Amino acid sequence: MVEPEGIKVIDHSADVVVIGGGPAGLAAAISAKESGAEHVVLLDRNSWLGGILPQCIHDGFGVEETGTSMTGPEYAEKYIEMAEKQDIDIMKETMVLQFDKRREITAVNKNGLHKIKASAIVLAMGCREKTRWNVMIPGDRPSGIYTAGVAQAFINLYNIMPGKNVIILGSGDVGLIMARRLKFEGANVLGVVEILPYASGLPRNVVQCLEDYDIPLFLNHTVTCINGKERVEQVIIAQVDKKMNVISGTEKKIECDTFLLSLGLIPENELANNVGIEIDSITGGPTVNQYFETTLSGVFACGNCLQVYDTVDVLATDAKNAGKSAAKNLTIQKKDKKIITKVAPGRGVRYVVPQIISEPGKVHLTLRAEKPRESSVLHVIADDKELLKKRLLWANPANMIGVDIDIPLEVMTTTQNLEVMLGDC
Amino acid sequence: MIVERNITCIVCPIGCKILVRIDGTQLEIVEGNKCKRGIEYAKNEAFDPRRMLTTSVLVNGGEWPLVSVKSSKPVPKEKLFPILKEIKRTAVNAPVKSGQTIIKNVANTDISIVATKTVKNNKI
Ligand SMILES: Cc1cc2nc3c(=O)[nH]c(=O)nc-3n(C[C@H](O)[C@H](O)[C@H](O)COP(=O)(O)OP(=O)(O)OC[C@H]3O[C@@H](n4cnc5c(N)ncnc54)[C@H](O)[C@@H]3O)c2cc1C
Ligand code: SF4
Repeated sequence: MVEPEGIKVIDHSADVVVIGGGPAGLAAAISAKESGAEHVVLLDRNSWLGGILPQCIHDGFGVEETGTSMTGPEYAEKYIEMAEKQDIDIMKETMVLQFDKRREITAVNKNGLHKIKASAIVLAMGCREKTRWNVMIPGDRPSGIYTAGVAQAFINLYNIMPGKNVIILGSGDVGLIMARRLKFEGANVLGVVEILPYASGLPRNVVQCLEDYDIPLFLNHTVTCINGKERVEQVIIAQVDKKMNVISGTEKKIECDTFLLSLGLIPENELANNVGIEIDSITGGPTVNQYFETTLSGVFACGNCLQVYDTVDVLATDAKNAGKSAAKNLTIQKKDKKIITKVAPGRGVRYVVPQIISEPGKVHLTLRAEKPRESSVLHVIADDKELLKKRLLWANPANMIGVDIDIPLEVMTTTQNLEVMLGDC
Repeated sequence: MIVERNITCIVCPIGCKILVRIDGTQLEIVEGNKCKRGIEYAKNEAFDPRRMLTTSVLVNGGEWPLVSVKSSKPVPKEKLFPILKEIKRTAVNAPVKSGQTIIKNVANTDISIVATKTVKNNKI
């Protein structure tokens, strides 16, 4: 990169540099420090730490980890305090622009341009929300269209109400939580529209965010048009068939002034992509091995930029392991033997992380089911040999499934592919 | 009169659909709970439904215009909107510390409203 004239260039070096100061980055930085990394740097573009958590003011965080249900800001403060106690070099309002194959990071802040040479990098950039253009909703382009997370930041951080009469597209947890939040602040929530035959958020959010306040949930429906000159005036919703095609004649006009989109999250990975790190097309995050190392040696990934987690507890546990690996810099390249076994999703499974096993031993796999199902059986298969068979009481795409498996050396030397499947009992 | 009702347990992310039979003040679990916590939840939900309340309160002179808050314990469902009304009329002065009580005995319940975030003074 060419440096513009007159800008101060500041050179640093560090053992571990963590990009992103959300819960994943905080957990990774703390754990890297605890695992013996001497100089740990944490970079975030925001003026605060905690990432998305300060705007998630509802409770439900940390239940699995601590047994008590915290709000997002409480959970974040717990980690911020820990990070501040450790001697971690925290740089806020610092935007990472790029890093190269030798792990030199370029970042910018008020003081100038920073070049940081890192022995290991942990990616923890989180994710961003899908917009209207990811699903191509036709119609006008008036004001009053927001993603649910942006509306959440408006209301919970900046005290700005986005509108009065609201329609929400998408029944993910963010959308459901925003329906209740808007209701609390006096808005009319006219309905949540979901293209699938079931809500994509957790059942408990359907109950305590919609049913409690009689907010209608239109399943098997989508929004076909947005109308409005300056401001949103109405949206058209319509029913869809099993193949998700709009059934003509079912269109209904809904008068509203605000249209929120809760269509899901996309891992934020431009930095990884630009340096040629392999990205899994299904998770949207980097392909990693069991130590959370990406396909670029010395670069690790965790949090929502690796895969979109449903709870922060599991996310933080994995992020700690990624931070530890970064500190210990467990790279396969350092070993003489380069045996690699790939893990692939089979029948009934949408994706599996890690995608690569680079060493035999105990491995923790996380995966998602393709569709909701009652009791089912999880199989891990190496060629025709079954390595693991486990009964599950339930499997729901909204709940990530975690399973421990022991991969023996002889499996790794004879097999290049493991397949993970979900079948009926 | 005996009524049958489906209650979705909200204690954990699984969200079991629990079928219950209610006869006056007696409740019988028919089926659906995957663990014991569901029994307790279904009983409370049938006779005294409560929810945690989280919202925000205005801050004067803080680095943020709002501080997030929660109820000290779950509030009866029918009290949610009266409590929200009282919270809307409230403002606190910065600095606010996480855990600090913002309102005591809100809306004549024995429940407090507690800050869940630390808001420092505005630097300017
Ligand atoms: C509305 C909502 C509700 C949720 N509810 C729950 C819940 O009830 N329970 C639960 O357990 N979980 C919940 N979650 C999930 C949880 O909040 C997330 O999983 C978690 O915050 C993700 O952490 P993260 O660190 O990966 O990402 P983030 O929190 O998004 O942090 C990423 C950070 O990286 C920074 N960054 C990105 N790119 C750069 C760059 N180039 N340079 C510098 N900095 C950069 C960003 O500024 C940000 O601070 C919810 C999430 C949302 C959005
Ligand atoms: S009954 Fe048990 S397993 Fe089922 S939702 Fe409630 S707490 Fe979870």
